[in-house]
Amino acid sequence: MDQTARITIPATGQIVEIPTGLFINNEFVSSVDSQERIQVVNPATEDIICSVVAGSEKDIDAAVAAARAAFSTTWGKNVTGFERSRLLNKLADLIERDSQVLAEIESLNNGKPVRIARDFDIGDSIQCLRYYAGWADKIVGQTIEVNNKTKIAFTRHEPIGVCGQIIPWNYPINMWAWKVAPALACGCTIVMKPSELTPLTALVLSKLIAEAGFPPGVVNTIPSLGPVGGAALSRHMDVDKVAFTGSTTTGRKIMEAAAKSNLKKACHTREVSLELGGKSPHIIFESADLDQAANWACLGILYNTGQDCTAGSRLYVQDTIYDKFLHLLVEKAKQLVIGDGFDEKSGGGPVVSKAQYDKVWSYIESGKSQGAELVLGGKKRPGKGYFVDPTIFTNVTRDMRIVQDEIFGPVLSVGRFKTEQEAIALANDTSYGLGAGLHSADASQCMRVSSALEAGTVWVNQYNILGNNVPFGGKKQSGIGRELGSYALEEYTEVKAVHWNFGEQAEWPL
Amino acid sequence: MPAVFTHEFNTPVYKGKVSFNTGLFINGQFVDGSDGTTIDVINPTDGKVTTSISEGTQKDVDLAVDAAEKAFETTWGLNCPGNKRGLLLSKLASLMEEHADELAALEALDNGKAFNAARGKDVPGAIACIRYFAGWADKISGRVIETTEERFTYTRHEPIGVVGQIIPWNFPLLMFTWKIAPALATGNTVVLKPSEFTPLTAIRMCHLAKEAGFPPGILNVVTGYGNTVGSAISSHMRIHKVAFTGSTLVGRKIMEAAAKSNLKNVTLELGGKSPNIIFNDADLEQAVHWAMLGIFLNQGQSCLAGSRIFVQEGIYDEFLKRFTDKSRSIKVGDPFAPDTFQGPQVSKIQYDRIMGYIDSGKKDGARIHIGGERHGSEGYFIQPTIFLDTHPDMRIVKEEIFGPVSVVIKFKDEEDIVRQANDTVYGLAAAVFTKDVNRAITTAHKLKAGTVWVNCYGLSNPNVPFGGYKQSGIGREMGEYALANYTEVKAVNVNLGLKIMSN
Repeated sequence: MDQTARITIPATGQIVEIPTGLFINNEFVSSVDSQERIQVVNPATEDIICSVVAGSEKDIDAAVAAARAAFSTTWGKNVTGFERSRLLNKLADLIERDSQVLAEIESLNNGKPVRIARDFDIGDSIQCLRYYAGWADKIVGQTIEVNNKTKIAFTRHEPIGVCGQIIPWNYPINMWAWKVAPALACGCTIVMKPSELTPLTALVLSKLIAEAGFPPGVVNTIPSLGPVGGAALSRHMDVDKVAFTGSTTTGRKIMEAAAKSNLKKACHTREVSLELGGKSPHIIFESADLDQAANWACLGILYNTGQDCTAGSRLYVQDTIYDKFLHLLVEKAKQLVIGDGFDEKSGGGPVVSKAQYDKVWSYIESGKSQGAELVLGGKKRPGKGYFVDPTIFTNVTRDMRIVQDEIFGPVLSVGRFKTEQEAIALANDTSYGLGAGLHSADASQCMRVSSALEAGTVWVNQYNILGNNVPFGGKKQSGIGRELGSYALEEYTEVKAVHWNFGEQAEWPL
Repeated sequence: MPAVFTHEFNTPVYKGKVSFNTGLFINGQFVDGSDGTTIDVINPTDGKVTTSISEGTQKDVDLAVDAAEKAFETTWGLNCPGNKRGLLLSKLASLMEEHADELAALEALDNGKAFNAARGKDVPGAIACIRYFAGWADKISGRVIETTEERFTYTRHEPIGVVGQIIPWNFPLLMFTWKIAPALATGNTVVLKPSEFTPLTAIRMCHLAKEAGFPPGILNVVTGYGNTVGSAISSHMRIHKVAFTGSTLVGRKIMEAAAKSNLKNVTLELGGKSPNIIFNDADLEQAVHWAMLGIFLNQGQSCLAGSRIFVQEGIYDEFLKRFTDKSRSIKVGDPFAPDTFQGPQVSKIQYDRIMGYIDSGKKDGARIHIGGERHGSEGYFIQPTIFLDTHPDMRIVKEEIFGPVSVVIKFKDEEDIVRQANDTVYGLAAAVFTKDVNRAITTAHKLKAGTVWVNCYGLSNPNVPFGGYKQSGIGREMGEYALANYTEVKAVNVNLGLKIMSN
């Protein structure tokens, strides 16, 4: 059965080939036991792009077996750091070669503008792979002095083993790179479950894995429904670690499944909200460069059409500059063009699916009905496509749903404060702690406030800019563990301590 | 106008043509030396002149420092983010891969080592070194250090600035990359002097660096003599760090010059007289093989050569027999012949020095077991040589010969062998051969050497540190440790609210 879809890119007329099978042992195959398929939708037109194989639990088993075999033979401790480095660099080169077509497929499936997918998502992903390629031959342990006359003790940082990786739909390629790069650098093998909403680029990237020369079974890709493939991975007895980015609710399920099965290492960072969610605070103090702060505030809530785990969705503005700042903010928010991803003018695309569209709108309606004041947006667009325009609410109160819950769309709640203490209290008043931002020209204030904010990433005088070498992760219910930077290596290595006796005689009996 | 070196290789192992400008490489350009003079490059295989290259002077070092300073303040240093520095280094490595055969041929022509050795070891090792440090470029982290809540205290690991680097003739390309890779990865700019005996691969690398896209002034190469260019670098007031690999004698001069000028930071990789200790229970065949490589690889011209071979008396006779047979079977000849293991020594000066040591050994009463004579009648070839019946006071036992001359010493007392092995002013490397793992580890820990090999010899990797104890050097190259040679630590203390009382 031909596991390839031929898709025409509407804007260019070009035809691209997309593999639609399950990627196991460097080949695209059908499901072992299921005829189910996942329909992949274009959120700008609501049309179906193509369908891909929906992996079953047995398919997950096959993928895990392949990953285990590779780990025991061609990967894991059987491959040098130098070789892992070489292959990761080769993969980065191939992605760079194909970045335009990858960007177009990403835009078709996720909705984000092509130029942003290419220059930011894919650009960052290439750098991420190269960054971790550089770490692959630098995984060191320690030698530890115990007793120089009798023994040496040392640690080895060994690869954990077979890793299940479950990634979301908001940055499909970038989230793929964040997971794949450190895992492979450390010597782990992977069973990747991309989001059922956005499986296409993960499948195309799997082709590049094979082309780069990774041995079969090192990376396996199983598009699948979360409750099927994701659940199977998290309770699998032969998966050593699961890494997940997604909603807190699903994160809990994964951790539970991990605990009930083989106590696999579970690490998750939350992304999508269902009921509870992340709600990153963004604070504007009176000494801030208001024009710049307004730009960053817009970026913070409107980038990726608000579908970002660290979206600065609660904005707190100091009393003394409130009116002036709000005016700037609204004017700037109006400038964003949300439209088709293939239109060069678009700075944002539709939200990813009907479900998300309905959810975002239900929050906007709740904001209106709970009495928040709408200063921008709030009107549905006619026609096709899940487009949501920038929406700003003011006069919000703490208990409103739009203030408590993560909306995951371009919807901002704006509040006001008088003192620094008040701002900090407002900001930290959430069960989440992924990101936070503050704008101030007072250096001491910057230090105090960044110290006080309960978040895994604090931005001072900017927002949402990440670096591959700077760790990322959440406090409180935003997650466990850190991605990026050298810190990610700890997620994919296991420390073994070796005690090597060369001079101590055991006394017996005691 | 600087000369263009053109050469056609028509050999059993490599056929190809090279053609490149051989000027000094300053500020992205190939230029004549200030005095307009040149240096002849001699082919050690036949003693004939291969080509002439430009000769640099103190003035040229000044010009190079000017260019390096400017680049550091504009296009390099922390003005260029780590990931971009890494990307440029990766590009350079890729270009080296494309030109690997050519680089190996140039190295064999210039240094005399076998083409197969250059192609199989030197060139891949050089490429691996560049790739390894390319990976470090965006990972130079400082620390955030807890003091009190009222202070924010952190360190930055900043590039030093313009660094001077002086490299030897025994592994010209490899030593070139060992120096420039960590220096450039950490954001420094470089003024490098290759050996006047073996400048060709260094010059070719400048062409590749330019092609890779390094902006002008980041890498500068000034070919010239030690007592002019080398001295100018080590005493330069605007060079704040010098890294040198070469003889202990010259290393002292460099350290002195550094002290007398601006107290520049100094790292030195110097000589050795490394002991290779073979116990009775060693895997004999393996030990013989490694011992042979340990002293005869690279024509014996290696700082880490296992030149004092200590063999425990229980296996001495059998070891000597096998070691002799193996050494006798070494193919000495043209670097471009496919079965050559040992080529000529690098220069007449070196040839004379080594023959001088052989003479002194004879005069001191040591016995030549094999070798001791010139090989052939053309070029600087010396027979693989084994000395027996030596005494610790002999020059051939104490001093670094840097040629294919081994000293084999019988030992009995296990307690005493470590003392004998450590009885040297050097401390670069050492090896232990034994199947008793406890003995291996305890002996390794007692040896005063920067690298100890157990049941092998001479292995090196770009991620493992290398350097000497005692008079073998200061500092470590390779691995994460190398980064410390090329960064300055700045501690930043930000007061967040501590007010002092005024009275």
